[in-house]
Amino acid sequence: MCIFALIKKSDMMNKNVINLNDVVIKFAGDSGDGMQLTGTLFSEAAAKSGNDLATFPDYPAEIRAPQNTVSGVSGFQVHIGKNKIHTSGDRYDVLVAMNPASLNANLKNTKRGATIITNVDAFDENALTKAGYSSNPLDDGSLESYSVIKAPVSSMTREALANSDIDLKSKDKSRNMFALGIILYLFNKTLDSTFEYLDAKFGKKPDVAKNNKLVLEAGYSYALHAEITLSTLHVAPAQLAKGKYRNVIGNVTTAWGFMAASERSGRPIFLGSYPITPATDILVELAKYKSLGVKTFQAEDEIAGICSAIGASFTGSLALTTTSGPGFSLKSEAIGLAVITELPLVIVNVQRSGPSTGMPTKSEQSDLYQALYGRNGECPCIVIAASSPSDCFYTAYEAAKLALEHMTPVILLSDGYIANGSQLFKIPSVKDLPPITPPVAQASDPEYLPYRRNPETFVRQWALPGTPGLLHRVGGLEKTDGKGAVSTDGLNHEKMVQYRNQKVQKVADFIPKQETEGDATGDLLLVSWGGTYGFVHAAAEVMREKGVKTGHAHFKHIMPLPKNTAELFGKYKRIVVCELNNGQFVNYLRAIHPQFSYEQINKVQGQPFLVEEIVEQLKK
Amino acid sequence: MNNIDERIPKSDVVLSKSDFVSDQMVKWCPGCGNHAILSAVTQVLPQLGYKKENYVVVSGIGCSSRFPYYVSTYGFHSIHGRAAAIASGMKIANPALSVWVNTGDGDSMAIGGNHFIHAIRRNVDMTIILFNNRIYGLTKGQFSPTTPTGSVTKTSPYGTLEAPFNPSDLVMGAQGTFFARVADNQPKHLAEVLHEAALHRGTAVVETLQNCVIFADKTHAQVTGKDVRDDNQLVLEAGKPLLFGKDKNKGIRLNGLRLEVAEIGKNGVTADDILIHNPSEPDPTLQMMIAKMSPPHFPMAVGVIRSVEAPTFDRLTEEQINEQKAKSPIRCVDDLLNSGDIIEIR
Repeated sequence: MCIFALIKKSDMMNKNVINLNDVVIKFAGDSGDGMQLTGTLFSEAAAKSGNDLATFPDYPAEIRAPQNTVSGVSGFQVHIGKNKIHTSGDRYDVLVAMNPASLNANLKNTKRGATIITNVDAFDENALTKAGYSSNPLDDGSLESYSVIKAPVSSMTREALANSDIDLKSKDKSRNMFALGIILYLFNKTLDSTFEYLDAKFGKKPDVAKNNKLVLEAGYSYALHAEITLSTLHVAPAQLAKGKYRNVIGNVTTAWGFMAASERSGRPIFLGSYPITPATDILVELAKYKSLGVKTFQAEDEIAGICSAIGASFTGSLALTTTSGPGFSLKSEAIGLAVITELPLVIVNVQRSGPSTGMPTKSEQSDLYQALYGRNGECPCIVIAASSPSDCFYTAYEAAKLALEHMTPVILLSDGYIANGSQLFKIPSVKDLPPITPPVAQASDPEYLPYRRNPETFVRQWALPGTPGLLHRVGGLEKTDGKGAVSTDGLNHEKMVQYRNQKVQKVADFIPKQETEGDATGDLLLVSWGGTYGFVHAAAEVMREKGVKTGHAHFKHIMPLPKNTAELFGKYKRIVVCELNNGQFVNYLRAIHPQFSYEQINKVQGQPFLVEEIVEQLKK
Repeated sequence: MNNIDERIPKSDVVLSKSDFVSDQMVKWCPGCGNHAILSAVTQVLPQLGYKKENYVVVSGIGCSSRFPYYVSTYGFHSIHGRAAAIASGMKIANPALSVWVNTGDGDSMAIGGNHFIHAIRRNVDMTIILFNNRIYGLTKGQFSPTTPTGSVTKTSPYGTLEAPFNPSDLVMGAQGTFFARVADNQPKHLAEVLHEAALHRGTAVVETLQNCVIFADKTHAQVTGKDVRDDNQLVLEAGKPLLFGKDKNKGIRLNGLRLEVAEIGKNGVTADDILIHNPSEPDPTLQMMIAKMSPPHFPMAVGVIRSVEAPTFDRLTEEQINEQKAKSPIRCVDDLLNSGDIIEIR
């Protein structure tokens, strides 16, 4: 019997529907419970129904952390809305807790009055003890101020698969589908997009697809018939601009941005990379597109990753290397080589909590100093930072454009939050992106010299091996201006140091002016950079609602800064720089524009800001 | 097996050695073995017939790594130990280049050991000339990974305590497809071996027994010295018996699982007992044993020790790309962006 057949359209109509502007849902369970997949599938369903959204996966570094422990809880946060969604949300309206540990870990960020869906079967004495409970919170009244749904997820999953001949362990693996069924019902979403996903994913294993569908339907049906709630929730479709969208994570859009830049510049992609959390997915995504001529090289280590890319850059590729903090440290010497050889290269650092191995799956913005200063010698690099999963596409594209046109390494700072978080990405057309024109030297150009520079940009030409008449050598040793012979002449060295520096500073002529959102002058300017955009944007909105004339300047271009930065800072009485580190951008600003007084809001907990935290700090 | 790389454009004009000599002053010490290697390379490059602009010479750091300045080709003098990684990127990105790496014993087997073995393991098509002088020369005389145990150097005033690498062990341990050894004071042999290496498709490693006159003079003299050469060098030739000695009356035979020196005509030893050299045998066991021979109990083998055919990484990469281009529906970035789960707002 197909349970799904029992769900009639009339049943759905009878329910009270509560309309909401936005909802934050947190899926939490043991790592290995499939919460990442559950959250992703719910996001897909919400996106399909037209909601705007932002997601935030938050999981432990261990692949299968100890069961039922608080440290082993894996979570996936989704914020859906009918208006533009800027953050993954502060606190949860709905919490799915697959075991006591996930309830314990997430209750503090759950709103009073929120709906909590629990797998009551998992609340046995052993699991309660491991989670740190001395009594069962489902019975002891401690959850009185929440609306708790005690769903027998484990037992009903087994029941739904009673006629299946797979073993019990395999049956239990489908529990997440039961939970997803409940949530999809609760939010008035259809099962269609999830069915499509299951068919696609398990195309070769139709039995697995069928079992998962059975459990999904069972969860949906349970929610409907057991009357777990008097009403369902509805978030109306967002008023998004016309066009096509995809729900994608920042690491994927980063890869796409590079591929678009490759197509637009005509330079083939070479990515030299070594797997590292949370940057690996850029390599994973690029490795798929051999049909676009993408060459990915999984190197023996981080150093070989960047060095192979430098070799590819010398021979004419759009050369990339991707990493996170510890790997970025290992690449420092080779970044210096790319600076002195003046070759185009993009180094992506998807930042995570440091120092050293730190907290690999947790996000932070603490590698800014390293990006700006972390090399021997006078060694300037262009530094730009992406602000959201969608913006990763455009920032990657611009990083490639700047590297190729200015013949110098560009450091692209992303972070774990936007790299793994998703957002609706409006699909652009490649032809609408700005052109990219690298300064490739012409064959047998009699004027060619390896270090002859464009007098306005100080950019040298790119002479590719295989081109007649342009034989030359580059390398880590200082070279003479123009001719490029090895030189230890002090005055020549100083001249070359200044050229390389001015070349990077000149980039300021080619980047857009810094913009502000909100009030263009006033009491307060909130300054941020990188992956914190949404939270600081939302905090600025709250301040304006409170009557404070507030602007928000979110920086993408860090080295060099936009030319109008000081002019813009001068328009506000108070400047507060918000960042997820101990104050690296604020100190950089203090060094470059010391005429202003800066306040700072910092957080280094491996977690994104909460909007309310920023607002709270601003009161001080 | 010995083929030119058909992906590299051929020169329309006949090039000669002088076309590859650069205008830079060579700054190696007088008497340094590097001069002979440079001369041999500039002799071999025109013989291959590729266009001059399609050669790239890459190096790391050390005396030998000054090499790119002294050849008239595209060149990259990089950072310590990383030449093999940089060269890999070059050849994979642009297979129409003939890529040459110059590296020392420290550059390739100490700081750059990881890149060295992995380039070999992948079999990226390039020629690596390993200048083995068993010492750090440019930093003025510290021991290297190939310095014999007990050697007194600046950083081992009471003798080194560590066992040296035999480069052949690393190459064959990393499943290398080509390994040769040659002395720097035998220019004809040097050029022949380098030529053969350049015609090998895959990573070809040539260990040159290179003399540092300043910090490790005569380190290879026991093998390369003219007075001892006949008895202490075994010049390998494919398909020929492993014979050495002035009268070619001594040979190498297998006794159980060990090699031993046997004199033809003594103790009933005949020419049939002597091993025949087969560098193209895929199983490297015997080649490894031959490569490890050294005086005083054995002669040292020079010439091509191993040369087997195997697919190269750069070619496989191209093949995979062509395969996907032929069958994937995604032919441009717009195709990619518009694939997958699309949400359309009208």
